[in-house]
Amino acid sequence: MSSLYERLGGEAAVDAAVDIFYRKVLSDDRVNRFFDDVDMERQAAKQKGFLTMVFGGPNNYSGKDMREGHKHLVARGLDDSHVDAIIELLGSTLKELGVADEDIAVAAGIAESVRDDVLSR
Amino acid sequence: MWNLRYAGQNLPVCPGESVLDTLLSAQHEIPNSCRVGVCQSCLMQLVHGRVGETAQQGLKDSWRAQGLFLACRCYPEADLEVRAPATGALRIPSRVTAHTRLNHQVVAIRLRPEEAFGYYPGQHVTLWRDELLGRCYSLASVPALDGEELELHVKHLVGGALSPWLCDKLGVGDRIQLLGPGGDCFYTAGDTGRPLLLAGIGTGLAPLYGILRDALCQGHTGEIHLYHGALDLSGLYLHDELNRLASRHANLHYYPCILNEPPARAEQVQQADLMTLLEQKYPDLRGWKIHLCGDPAFVNKQRKACYLAGARLPDIHADAFVPG
Repeated sequence: MSSLYERLGGEAAVDAAVDIFYRKVLSDDRVNRFFDDVDMERQAAKQKGFLTMVFGGPNNYSGKDMREGHKHLVARGLDDSHVDAIIELLGSTLKELGVADEDIAVAAGIAESVRDDVLSR
Repeated sequence: MWNLRYAGQNLPVCPGESVLDTLLSAQHEIPNSCRVGVCQSCLMQLVHGRVGETAQQGLKDSWRAQGLFLACRCYPEADLEVRAPATGALRIPSRVTAHTRLNHQVVAIRLRPEEAFGYYPGQHVTLWRDELLGRCYSLASVPALDGEELELHVKHLVGGALSPWLCDKLGVGDRIQLLGPGGDCFYTAGDTGRPLLLAGIGTGLAPLYGILRDALCQGHTGEIHLYHGALDLSGLYLHDELNRLASRHANLHYYPCILNEPPARAEQVQQADLMTLLEQKYPDLRGWKIHLCGDPAFVNKQRKACYLAGARLPDIHADAFVPG
């Protein structure tokens, strides 16, 4: 079976998803303080890496990267509730893009699989 | 821990430290100003090793090819050997051709570089008082209108490192070194039909004035909305000139905006906080090209607001000024 990444349309689809997802994240008071980076381009590039990964596309993230990359946020209070919120925003983003429920579940599953690394557990 | 070799010394680079941090903590005098990769003051040259992409972002190709990089944006991922570049070869001597007070705080300085100097209006250059002290200023001039002369707007900042000297000591005929240009805050020819939103506070008007006249010169047909925010009426230092331009170009709308003083003298001046005003007036910025310049608190918040109002990130050019 082809990956969600391929079925959605590859990189262009990820760009469209980043555009929606990053706006949702910045507007959401539960999580936006963790994304308040002055360098918005860099932040958007990270969102792109994340979405590419959960779509099953070519990505370079390892569990160790996830751990390293979020350590400073865990120190600032990042916990399960925030991961839940991100997975929810991921779902509503994909819904807006017309992605089928079973595919959303696959993407959410991949996001779920890195939860412990993200939270340094 | 990586090793940084500089001037015959081996310096340990602590985790999370930039090359600039390491050199400064070893008491080396390295020119630096913004420390966020804008002003290009801290240029260094690679001798051995490699530097990441971000350390060379925004540099001219010819500089990259020579191994020049920004020490503030370079976080070593291996051992490095670096040296100070021959700044004489990079900095361009320029002659002051005009020094004009625009209001009680702002001076327009015109410079003629002594060698060929290509730039886009709205980009910035770094002016140097000596080997170490440099600060970044945006270009308000337009090559097609101003020829070889560059124009910069300098606000006299009490206690500032360079601006008091630029405003009070520098005079017509003096020579000053400049470095640059840099930055991607400029008008691009492919955008002639798009609506442009230009918003700046204080001397954030300088790059916008360059961009605006460049756009008009290039026959921009879309709407241009220019907002200049200041504390009071005296801060609107190009008020008459911008009114004159707006009266000659139907697609140009100039919106002066002051925070403190009731707009008694000039009816068109609004009393409002620029950020609040923009959010109210532009709930939907899809398709707009946006330039935001001036105070970092304004620029960074406004960029986010513009993005949330639907503008694409690559269409938002934000130039946050570093006080100096």
